[in-house]
Amino acid sequence: MTAEAVERAFRTEWGQIVATVIRMTGDWELAEEAAQDAFAQALERWPAEGVPRNPGAWLTTTARNRAVDRLRREAVGAAKLRDVAREPVGEPEVHDVADDRLRLMFTCCHPALALDARVALTLRTLAGLSVAEIARAFLTSEAALAKRLVRARQKIKHAGIPYRVPPADLLPSRTPAVLAVLYLLFTEGYAATAGAELVRRPLTGEAIRLARLLHELMPDEPEATGLLALMLFHDARSSARVDADGELVPLDEQDRTAWDGARIAEADRLLATAGGAGPYVVQAAIAACHATAPTAADTDWRQIAVLYGTLRKLVPSPVVALNQAVAVGLAYGPEVGLALVEELRTALADYPLFPAVRADFLRRLGRTTEAADAYRAAIEAATTEPERRFLRRRLSSVGGGRSSVE
Amino acid sequence: MKYVLLIAGDETAAEHANDGCGGWDTEMLARGVLVGGAGLHPPADATTVRVRGGETLLTDGPFAESREQIGGFCLIECADLDEALEIASKHPAATYGSIEVRPLR
Repeated sequence: MTAEAVERAFRTEWGQIVATVIRMTGDWELAEEAAQDAFAQALERWPAEGVPRNPGAWLTTTARNRAVDRLRREAVGAAKLRDVAREPVGEPEVHDVADDRLRLMFTCCHPALALDARVALTLRTLAGLSVAEIARAFLTSEAALAKRLVRARQKIKHAGIPYRVPPADLLPSRTPAVLAVLYLLFTEGYAATAGAELVRRPLTGEAIRLARLLHELMPDEPEATGLLALMLFHDARSSARVDADGELVPLDEQDRTAWDGARIAEADRLLATAGGAGPYVVQAAIAACHATAPTAADTDWRQIAVLYGTLRKLVPSPVVALNQAVAVGLAYGPEVGLALVEELRTALADYPLFPAVRADFLRRLGRTTEAADAYRAAIEAATTEPERRFLRRRLSSVGGGRSSVE
Repeated sequence: MKYVLLIAGDETAAEHANDGCGGWDTEMLARGVLVGGAGLHPPADATTVRVRGGETLLTDGPFAESREQIGGFCLIECADLDEALEIASKHPAATYGSIEVRPLR
């Protein structure tokens, strides 16, 4: 029972403990070590002494004391120790705790750090994932990941990256950097569907947990709310994306009763309160159109096409334009959609999904020979095995099976 | 904190050699953050700042473009990296070249 209590405390308190000790000492490595020590002590003492009334405060105090002990043993720790000594003893104020985690989040996601370093730091320092777990999720070696973390911590220290929530004038440019890291974590995990890729699935859970925290800490930031809603809409459908044989199931063929209705309802409520019309809010609104349609045929493609038009103005990208073309095609007919897709041919020459989208419209128009050619190009360009298998099934459905090729 | 701002550009930046600093040096001297500056021979390692279309772009690490050569440096002293990046992004060279912000020991 106490082991479970420690496990639960680890999930909810790790980031806050590390964040607090960093603020007190300015030493990232020391903060992680002290937090680890505190959890080791909890495992040792809680079974005999019982779980404390406020596990977070107990762990924070223990970690802080461990940090002080360590600094006492080092001559260089003297100056840091003076700072720690000035901190009031006892349970930390609730608003300070929240501020510390937000400080940590913004510092981990500082734009002067490389994107891969921001992601690794966020997972290690804030989410408490081990180096081994992060290395596995990003298909890299533990040694390489450990090196990346050391380098990032050194840069924070040497370059003087401030440990704070950016002031109001910087917030509009810094908040998107935090949102981007969380969204990247989510999509890295979400893209994983089968086999060796499955080890990346826990990333979606971590991304949602961190997005929840950010939303809680910045309740008035529409994009934080939008990002959380977007993740929940996608995650609600995750179990229906792959069938019993591990094959990819397209959205319009998914079993909607397998979707997580409670998650969709929660995402819908969040979206309703988000306000604003930033990129994540708009993407969440698009996801809502899909997630709340009772059947695939009920999907409001006209509304989705309008929303993609809004998104294009915010994020001018040919990929967004391709998505808009799909929505327009499904709202107003494959002929219109195909014409829009063809306009993007040059801009998306190297985009793996381009031939697949083209193939789909050709199939819907009954132009099976051209569709088969496009499916072959799509199979060539596809990046994952489940996608290739799905496209091969489509290819044989338009009569372009193996026999006619060979 | 003390920082050195390293200004770089490709050969087209040479035409700006006699442009002056567009009021930047006056402002920074008035703020007391500009300690000195001079032409400089090459280096490596830090945060690189570029301003393009009014947008400040940051890169982790030194100048990535090998055709960019160091054209000068400014020594600044300010609170933290955020202020150093703000100062660097206001330098006119950030709009045509790039500025590497390197902390001093």
